[in-house]
Amino acid sequence: MLSIENLHVSVEDTEIIKGLSLKINLGEVHAIMGRNGSGKSTLASVVMGHPDYEVTSGTIMFKGQPLEELEVYERARAGMFLSFQYPSSIPGVQVGTFLRKSVAAVRGEDAPSAREFRKELKAHMEALEMDKSFLSRYVNDGFSGGEKKRLEILQMLLLNPTLALLDETDSGLDIDALRVVSDGINSITPTAGCLLITHYQRLLDHVKPDFVHVMIDGKIVKTGGPELAAELESKGYDWLEE
Amino acid sequence: MSGEIARDVVGDYQYGFHDPENATIRFDKGLSEQVVIDISELKNEPKWMTDIRVKAYRRFMEMPMPTWGNCDMLNQIDFDAVTYFLRSSDKTEKDWDEVPDDIKNTFDRLGIPEAEQKWLGGVTAQYESEAVYHSIREDLEEQGVLFLDMDSGLKEYPEIVKQYFGTVIPASDNKFSALNTAVWSGGSFIYVPKGVHVEMPVQAYFRINAKNMGQFERTLIIADEGSSIHYVEGCTAPTYSTESLHSAVVELIAMKGAKIRYSTVQNWSANVYNLVTKRGVAHADATIEWVDGNIGSKLTMKYPAVLLKGEGAHAEVISVAYAGKGQHQDAGAKVHHLAPNTTSNILSKSISKNGGRSSYRGMLQVTPKAHGCRSKVVCDALMLDPDSQSDTYPTMEVGNSSADLEHEASVSKVSNDQLFYLMARGHSEEEAMGMIVNGFFEPFTRELPMEYAVELNRLLELEMEGAIG
Repeated sequence: MLSIENLHVSVEDTEIIKGLSLKINLGEVHAIMGRNGSGKSTLASVVMGHPDYEVTSGTIMFKGQPLEELEVYERARAGMFLSFQYPSSIPGVQVGTFLRKSVAAVRGEDAPSAREFRKELKAHMEALEMDKSFLSRYVNDGFSGGEKKRLEILQMLLLNPTLALLDETDSGLDIDALRVVSDGINSITPTAGCLLITHYQRLLDHVKPDFVHVMIDGKIVKTGGPELAAELESKGYDWLEE
Repeated sequence: MSGEIARDVVGDYQYGFHDPENATIRFDKGLSEQVVIDISELKNEPKWMTDIRVKAYRRFMEMPMPTWGNCDMLNQIDFDAVTYFLRSSDKTEKDWDEVPDDIKNTFDRLGIPEAEQKWLGGVTAQYESEAVYHSIREDLEEQGVLFLDMDSGLKEYPEIVKQYFGTVIPASDNKFSALNTAVWSGGSFIYVPKGVHVEMPVQAYFRINAKNMGQFERTLIIADEGSSIHYVEGCTAPTYSTESLHSAVVELIAMKGAKIRYSTVQNWSANVYNLVTKRGVAHADATIEWVDGNIGSKLTMKYPAVLLKGEGAHAEVISVAYAGKGQHQDAGAKVHHLAPNTTSNILSKSISKNGGRSSYRGMLQVTPKAHGCRSKVVCDALMLDPDSQSDTYPTMEVGNSSADLEHEASVSKVSNDQLFYLMARGHSEEEAMGMIVNGFFEPFTRELPMEYAVELNRLLELEMEGAIG
């Protein structure tokens, strides 16, 4: 479903990703681990199409289509979702309105009726232990770190993507929040591909990855199963550097 | 020549969706003392009003153009190319069924009948220079509220009009208030008796239809002691090929403990000069609120003002301005703290796009005897591209050191991260921009009746669709 071949990415003439290849199939959970600055977040942003990043060579295919042909919003409508590490606030736009419009935009003809939407919304918010007062607040405006992450996961559940890119979704979450957020992720993984970007083992205690990739200096240097994450937790990254 | 009444039935040409000008009486273009007298005579006005008009005309001729705002644009106004009076229907309609069909068609496109069903306490829909439709809901009548078009107000309640007309905004206030006083036609007259609270917003619609048609509405609202009213005025005009002049005067009088809210969204076509004087007087413990939206016009110069004349009076001015290509919105607020313990809040938000210019021009005055006053002024500007312009001209005259004054101003741009975030949720760049812009205006929009809020959001989204290429 997602196929990345020998990807090179620069921002302002500095190369961040230096030849990365990765394939994700439906139903697979991939975790990318690495230190800060290894290029993990850049990978998520560039797949979603952030305009600040330039693909200098290599290809990204999504559902058989080269991604360079798709605008950011077209990628979203094609079933791609990015949970942001730092979601932007949109003052004056209420969460409820924003969710309704986003669901209509992404799901198009398959968007639920107003009544169905309210039902889905209520069920997901209960699962994420979110109070309904969230709906009348402005998007991410004055939200705590945990509230922002819950809103990201709520959007993911409503938009029902086929590929979810989760950028440091676990950072800044207390243990209860981590649990509900993980439950949210687990509820979509049977039918979607998932790329988890993290540098902690603890999210992977709740969301079990099929593959763990270690990223150092813009490249994947090692790939393994869940046991690799545990190994990293005990041994750190030094042994993987040459 | 200009003084003679030219009776012509104007033909059936159409521009955009405006109706044939079924004017039964229209004047030649241009202004003279005789035109002013003729307007007054045609309306069978009392002599004192004719005298007020003539005096105002003389003041208009003497007074110089304002030297602020946009002098280049102001000096392009050709006063001789304006028609100063036009009556589109012979009489003022009371019943909707009697309104001529072509006029109704125009109103339909503006959504007025629905608005009436949902919101109206009473309607004055101004077509051309005079009101053609005017209804008062029974509950308003029962409460003793007077709601008429200004011409009928003068006929039926001359003593009230004579007592208050021009007391808040004298003809000599500025060149355009002088012009309005000389040639005014239409507008609303409202009197709310002591202690009466009008629960529903009352509305009136104004628009320019005839080419080169100037509109000079005159509105006077008096809320007697302890009463309250919310008046809503909406403007929409079709596109024209030549310039139009719109110069209204709105006077509000809130007696002791009364409350008046006056809400406007103007969306004149991009060739209209919108030069409006709005001012209210708030007596002791009274509140005046201006909710003022400026979306259209070529040049708007409008600074809703409140004179806080009685102790404990309060002023609230919330305004937004949107300046697109070729537009200059010179808007703001003026609050004069003339009495002790008076308070005011001013919130001004503006958006500039495609080379448009929006200016905030504000005046905050605290007189020496007005101790214990509080005021907060917040001005936020949002620039959508580097070609656009936003400027701020705040003036403060503080004569009493006990005043507690706050002033905040910000200028911001839409960030790439905000756009990326919204686009990652399936919204095109135009849609994302529309959401950000609507969010920016939200503190204003939420003050409007629902229907206006929806319409304003829609308008801004349409503006954004054309914005990005």
